[in-house]
Amino acid sequence: MNTTPTTTPPASTYDRQFLLGLYERIVLIREFEERVKFLFLEGTMPGTIHQCQGQEATAVGVCAALRADDWITSTFRGHGHALAKGLSVQELMDELFGATTGCCKGKGGSMHMGNMARGMVPGIAIVAGGIPLAAGMALAFKLRRQPQVVACFFGDGAVAEGAFHEGVNMAAIWNLPVVFVCENNLYGASTHIEKVMKNSRISDRAAAYGFRGETVDGNDVLAVHAAAQRAVAESRAGQGPVLLELLTYRRTGHSRRDACHYQPKDEREAWFARDPITRFAEQLLARGDISQTDLDAIKARLEQRIQAAVVQAQQAPQPTLTDLTEDVFA
Amino acid sequence: MKRQGIAEALRDGIAEEMTRDERVFCIGEDIGVPGGWGGAFTVTLGLSERFPGRIIDTPIAELGLTGIAVGAAMMGMRPIADVQYGDFLFLASDQLINNAAKMRYMSGGTVKVPMVMRAPIGATGRGSQHAQSMERYFTGVPGLKVVAVSTAYDAKGILKAAVRDDNPVMIFEHKLLYGSKGARAEPGAVDATSEIPEDDYVVPLDRAAVRREGRHITILGWLLMAHFAAAAAEILAGEGIEAEVIDVRSLSPIDYETIGASIRKTGRVVIVEEGPKTGGVSAEIAAGIMEHCGDSLMAPVVRVASADVPVPFSPVLENAYRPDVPRIVEAARRLAQT
Repeated sequence: MNTTPTTTPPASTYDRQFLLGLYERIVLIREFEERVKFLFLEGTMPGTIHQCQGQEATAVGVCAALRADDWITSTFRGHGHALAKGLSVQELMDELFGATTGCCKGKGGSMHMGNMARGMVPGIAIVAGGIPLAAGMALAFKLRRQPQVVACFFGDGAVAEGAFHEGVNMAAIWNLPVVFVCENNLYGASTHIEKVMKNSRISDRAAAYGFRGETVDGNDVLAVHAAAQRAVAESRAGQGPVLLELLTYRRTGHSRRDACHYQPKDEREAWFARDPITRFAEQLLARGDISQTDLDAIKARLEQRIQAAVVQAQQAPQPTLTDLTEDVFA
Repeated sequence: MKRQGIAEALRDGIAEEMTRDERVFCIGEDIGVPGGWGGAFTVTLGLSERFPGRIIDTPIAELGLTGIAVGAAMMGMRPIADVQYGDFLFLASDQLINNAAKMRYMSGGTVKVPMVMRAPIGATGRGSQHAQSMERYFTGVPGLKVVAVSTAYDAKGILKAAVRDDNPVMIFEHKLLYGSKGARAEPGAVDATSEIPEDDYVVPLDRAAVRREGRHITILGWLLMAHFAAAAAEILAGEGIEAEVIDVRSLSPIDYETIGASIRKTGRVVIVEEGPKTGGVSAEIAAGIMEHCGDSLMAPVVRVASADVPVPFSPVLENAYRPDVPRIVEAARRLAQT
């Protein structure tokens, strides 16, 4: 994998509890997504879904580098970002079932997950639409002289949109505290990036706008975290934006019942061998003070929590007709 | 009291709101360049010196600057964004329609987007792409408030109300109404000056204004057409037809209380709109009238609007395109006789 040369501290140098926390977050997202996929396919969950199995390390690594009062913007593929930023399994599951107890009272749904109290604006489901928005959030912090940072998540597909150019350029010229996080999973929906960009090294774009870009192994949570920490620190210090290109891979369909027939078998196998959970588990076990039993216990606990959330969400209150016309205006 | 045009009244209104509330800032193209124009129509002239760092000049990037305004508003700022020509709103419309208008609803009422978007419109000798009447594209978007200002008094009061409102508000202004005197006055400009009080005031965002009372016929218009309707009423008065002229002013929501009260009195209505007839705001108003006070109509609703063509350049064609006073008088005269 061709990444920007940097040094990531080995897992042995990190605090044990911090690492277990990261592992729990990553597994939480995987288990959540797998459960949601099952509920969707069995027909009990309404709507459509865009899932992030295989990309968990990007959300977790970046959000772990943020403070609680920092913000993120997300996309239509936002379940992982939400869980990584600290939204609860219950408020997400309730939202997916369209219940009034969901994070957006059932009015947002899968593509618009957010919680202003947790520093996550509702997901922007128009490709690249969150990029100028994130720059505007960062402008607000700069005007108020607040040392807050926005991490703006988007996919490789967003780079072709005009909104990318306009938002990134303004963030650059005003040195706004925003970290642009491109989750490059090689596909915009079903189209491979090699078909839509002559230079598919997305981090190169940063230089054109006059700031720093970096390509990172997005399936190595510690590498993502280290890169995000550097980027966030620079942005917070007033040095302007940073573009992080996180190389990753979507294990599941773009949406709904997409069977991913456009992903070549050898490509899938190569990426599956670089699965972020398996790799992180290997790093943790190599330390010597974390056992497979510890990891199994985490997974079992999360499965229970998710199961309880599903049961509760399926009984959660559905909106009434009076809710239809509420919340249009403040 | 002082006599001001719309550009000056807006400038004072913006300055007063920026003084009152430090969350207010302006963002747009060429709005604060030293030695520059103060925006395409001088509205922000001199403000960058008075409010350093708060009159933000952007690249030529309407989508981007609008998204920045939305994001800043979501974080508690109160941006006043503007585009140089309303036509450029098509570039900005993803951020306005998909983000600004919907964010509160799809967040379950937890997000506020207190932003203002100002846009000059109107056919003014600039051909097809700096001329369109844009309000029709936004009046049907739930979550947006849409207003149109035709006098300096309203411009200042509505601007202030919009800044203080917790929702996205679009203010449409007309290029022929900013000022009829001075270097930036447009050929064909109409006097829209008002006596402006010294004290702070606001004009509500959801009320039409009765500009002239009458009992035979109601004429509805906004922006330049409100002035043309008033001029038509003057001529009609000479013929013994007493027209009530209403400046619709609030295009979303539409004030059917004021409009309905007039139609229940006159039973006849002409709606005047600059902009193609098909799909216009006048179509919405006509349907709304049927629902709210259709029983009171003594004759079908009449519309005077532009032809269903792009705005032409040639002055001959542009004048034929845009409704004028004689066409309004003719339509009203015929309706009054039915």
